[in-house]
Amino acid sequence: MNQSLTHLPEEASESPCAKVVLIGVSTGGLKALCAILPALPADFPWPVLIVQHQHPDADDYLAQLLNEQCQIKIKQSDEKERIRPGTGYLAPANYHLLLEEDLTLSLSLDPPVNFSRPAVDVLFESAVDAMGQNCIGIILTGANKDGAKGLAEINHAGGTTVVQNPAQAVATAMPLAAMALITPDHILNLQEIGSWLVEHAKTHKEEI
Amino acid sequence: MDREATTIEIDLLLEAIFRKYGYDFRDYARASLKRRLRHRMSQEKIQSYSEMQHNLLYNTAFFDRLLESLSVSVTEMFRDPNVYRILRESVIPILNKRPLLKVWHAGCCTGEEVYSMAILLHEADLLNRTQIYATDFNQKSLNSAKKSCFHKSKIRNFSENYQHSGGTNSLLDYVTMQGDYAYIADSLKTQILFTDHNLATDWAFGEMDLIFCRNVLIYFNKTLQSRVVKLFQESLAPAGFICLGHKETLEFLDSEDKFKEIESNSRIYKVKQYQVNQ
Repeated sequence: MNQSLTHLPEEASESPCAKVVLIGVSTGGLKALCAILPALPADFPWPVLIVQHQHPDADDYLAQLLNEQCQIKIKQSDEKERIRPGTGYLAPANYHLLLEEDLTLSLSLDPPVNFSRPAVDVLFESAVDAMGQNCIGIILTGANKDGAKGLAEINHAGGTTVVQNPAQAVATAMPLAAMALITPDHILNLQEIGSWLVEHAKTHKEEI
Repeated sequence: MDREATTIEIDLLLEAIFRKYGYDFRDYARASLKRRLRHRMSQEKIQSYSEMQHNLLYNTAFFDRLLESLSVSVTEMFRDPNVYRILRESVIPILNKRPLLKVWHAGCCTGEEVYSMAILLHEADLLNRTQIYATDFNQKSLNSAKKSCFHKSKIRNFSENYQHSGGTNSLLDYVTMQGDYAYIADSLKTQILFTDHNLATDWAFGEMDLIFCRNVLIYFNKTLQSRVVKLFQESLAPAGFICLGHKETLEFLDSEDKFKEIESNSRIYKVKQYQVNQ
């Protein structure tokens, strides 16, 4: 059944991450993240990895701000850090964020993808390699096409895909680009995404 | 997709590169390495890692192109200007007390940061008693570094970085314009030796007062990171300094207790001294 768990190293099995939540967002991101992340309880069972497009010189202000508003811990990603449940990891400005197969984070300064660094596609594609069908990909408001390809890969790997309802997005390009490639499992309004995640986690727990 | 099979294919591909060409990517962080392999695959219109392995074993020109894809070449002059400001204010005054200096830029790429350091040393009147070693495993990057020129479109960004690093002259004082390119002044180049060195396979490198290795370790896994930090320890003079990239730290490595970060988040570390009379 859950194939990825068989590959986890022992150290991780103490706090297994059965699934990982991946969020890609650009223009209008702060408001969108503030609508979703505070809805997650401190014991939310999965890590949340977030790529928010930012100015290359941005510091960790966004992480601090979100951390103050959330029950889960929100931090800027550190290199080689092991992801843990109930924690949100933001890509640092000007670095790509990737998930390794041993469920540690890595960073890279490879050239921008979709004119973006960090790029949503880079995170999502690496997460598919690491977690396969256990990825939950969420594309929110944004004014470019970043994330569409990555979300499609999550879809092809059997993972779960969510796109913000474009009719309500500050910038529609990112949700629409994703919907042009695949039919997402869920199209939700911002206010619904947090509670959907909480419900989804509960259902998953009952299934085990 | 069978992820286990893919992992085996990539392991074998990296083994093939190592055994045939001596470049060791086996302990590189896998996620970004995979992206680069895939990029090359799509450029070459190749369907699988196994096909790629066959091609690289029998076609040297193919391997050269792959090697380019696997080498990082993103750098700029005075990148992260704040680091250079701290070097000016806190490190150079200490180095200034030493009679002769050795500086090593490990993974120097196309040399922009090497020349930035040369400018810093020049402005502190230290350059003429410093030997700078600049190394990379990528011969193409080294050749480009030796040419010491950059496109004029980069001047603005580099100049701003220079000013933010605390530079009081103009960056243009250190270059000569020829057509679309800015060439670094010859006087800055006399103390620099560019040479081939691979952090994954080669060994220590003299008694260095300062080692620069910025945004290289992020591409390695923990095993290789530990190897490289050990190599740096063996290459450092007493009370030497290591300067890492903005998101790199010695925190997760065994060596943490041997180094002290000179300023929080500066990523400049000094070897801790235990001897009483130093």
